[in-house]
Amino acid sequence: MSLLEVTNLVIRFGDKVVVDDLSFALDAGERLGIIGESGSGKTITSLAIMGLLPETATATGSIRFEGQELLSLNDREMSAYRGNRMGMVFQEPLTSLNPLMRVGKQIAQPLRNHRDLSLKASLARAIELCNRVGLPDPERIVRAYPHQLSGGQRQRIGLAIALACSPALLIADEPTTALDVTVQKEVLKLMNELVAQEGSSLIFVSHDLPVVSAMTETIAVMRSGKIVEHTTVSELFHNPRHEYSRKLIDTARATEAEFKRFAIGTS
Amino acid sequence: MSQTMSPVILEAMSLCRTFKLPRTSLSSARAERHAVVDIDLTVNIGDRLGIVGESGSGKTTLAKLLLCLDKPSSGVIKFKTQELPLADMAKFRREVQVVFQDPRSSLDPRMTIDQIIREPLECLNLQEDHDTRIDEVLDHVDLERKMRARYPHELSGGQRQRVAIARALAPRPTVLIADEPVSALDVLVRDEILQLLAGLTDNLGLTIILISHDLSVIARLCDKVVVMQHGRIVESGATENVFRSPQHQFTAELVAAVPRLPEIR
Repeated sequence: MSLLEVTNLVIRFGDKVVVDDLSFALDAGERLGIIGESGSGKTITSLAIMGLLPETATATGSIRFEGQELLSLNDREMSAYRGNRMGMVFQEPLTSLNPLMRVGKQIAQPLRNHRDLSLKASLARAIELCNRVGLPDPERIVRAYPHQLSGGQRQRIGLAIALACSPALLIADEPTTALDVTVQKEVLKLMNELVAQEGSSLIFVSHDLPVVSAMTETIAVMRSGKIVEHTTVSELFHNPRHEYSRKLIDTARATEAEFKRFAIGTS
Repeated sequence: MSQTMSPVILEAMSLCRTFKLPRTSLSSARAERHAVVDIDLTVNIGDRLGIVGESGSGKTTLAKLLLCLDKPSSGVIKFKTQELPLADMAKFRREVQVVFQDPRSSLDPRMTIDQIIREPLECLNLQEDHDTRIDEVLDHVDLERKMRARYPHELSGGQRQRVAIARALAPRPTVLIADEPVSALDVLVRDEILQLLAGLTDNLGLTIILISHDLSVIARLCDKVVVMQHGRIVESGATENVFRSPQHQFTAELVAAVPRLPEIR
């Protein structure tokens, strides 16, 4: 049985269909990349899985996670999954973290909610988690507010929150788009290692083909709310079937060729 | 590639810009942030200069200084040997134009495309037929002339950035400063806009200063590059030399961090 099964998912805002009859499955430990341009429905799909759709949206179809139908759950029942069996890392850590709460407490929150740890025990665990996501001086960091940290540090905090309860599924929605390239490289490496250690499944949403293909084994290409192609990374590169996939690959190749023309032998 | 023969159009000497940070305590002086530190920069006519660096490295502050939209704390900027600000700033504004990062915020939502492109022509008091000129620049950026009646929200991100470029081109500038012109755009659209900019610099003989955190964007368009870190220029030279054999540690890290496609055989 798959860990996650999305079947005939349709998401509407009023009359507007933003996700159109989407079906895919994800096994335990599998890594899926979702790539597409802005407005293609990739973020809305991840929000639907997390039960975080805005109230103006209606979802029909089915999202089954560990055998449970998620679309029939109310917000309260859903919150037993969020931050517990499923974790999420968002694009912009400055807006996804609470600016008024010390980051240690934010990491401790899922542990308090789902693991029933005392404040003290959860804060001690938060320090361990900070250490694990490679933050220097974790005792000091847990007492910091988000604005006191750099973008890369904030995204590491986001990762610590998402992984606090060892989720079976991690969803990362453009987690490095707001970061500098050198920081992006470090955060991706870290995410790679942690997901491997935890044995979690990963859904990695991005518009950046080189980044997605470095993080996942399979890729779903989305266009106007539909998956137009869903295949392995190597198959996609060898034999892209959809026009849009081909364009994405050609552009990425051309960009890289242009860059390599200058930077041969530097990495 | 342009050589040192072509005349200097913009020149910065010992340029510094320091910001005072908000006061955090009554009993201590306000801290300062050195956004741009001791920068020397020469831009020749016909240059395609890239400015690359991470966020907070001072790229945008430098651009604002070069555009005379901000005043340096110390140092001098010269435009064609004359120190900025000029007595006649309209001349400078005609010749040096800018394209910003996000066309959603840089275009006035209450103005039609026609009004947006017409504005610089009127403000700068250009003596030519404005309607003809608007059609011309729309042609330059491959937008249909009937777009004139539309509003920015009716256009896609790529089309909006084309409008922003058309507005910048309208007064026939010699220098175009583009601050992260493609980072808010989707990959495929990004490619189109870069092609457009490359074509325009060739066809119109524009001097372009392109600011980006993305080295592959710089590689695509620029023949010279300066690398900024903590407000300073740490390395500069011909793009191929800088990217192929970086002299500074930071440049080497930047080059190594560019995401690569998987090796698929």
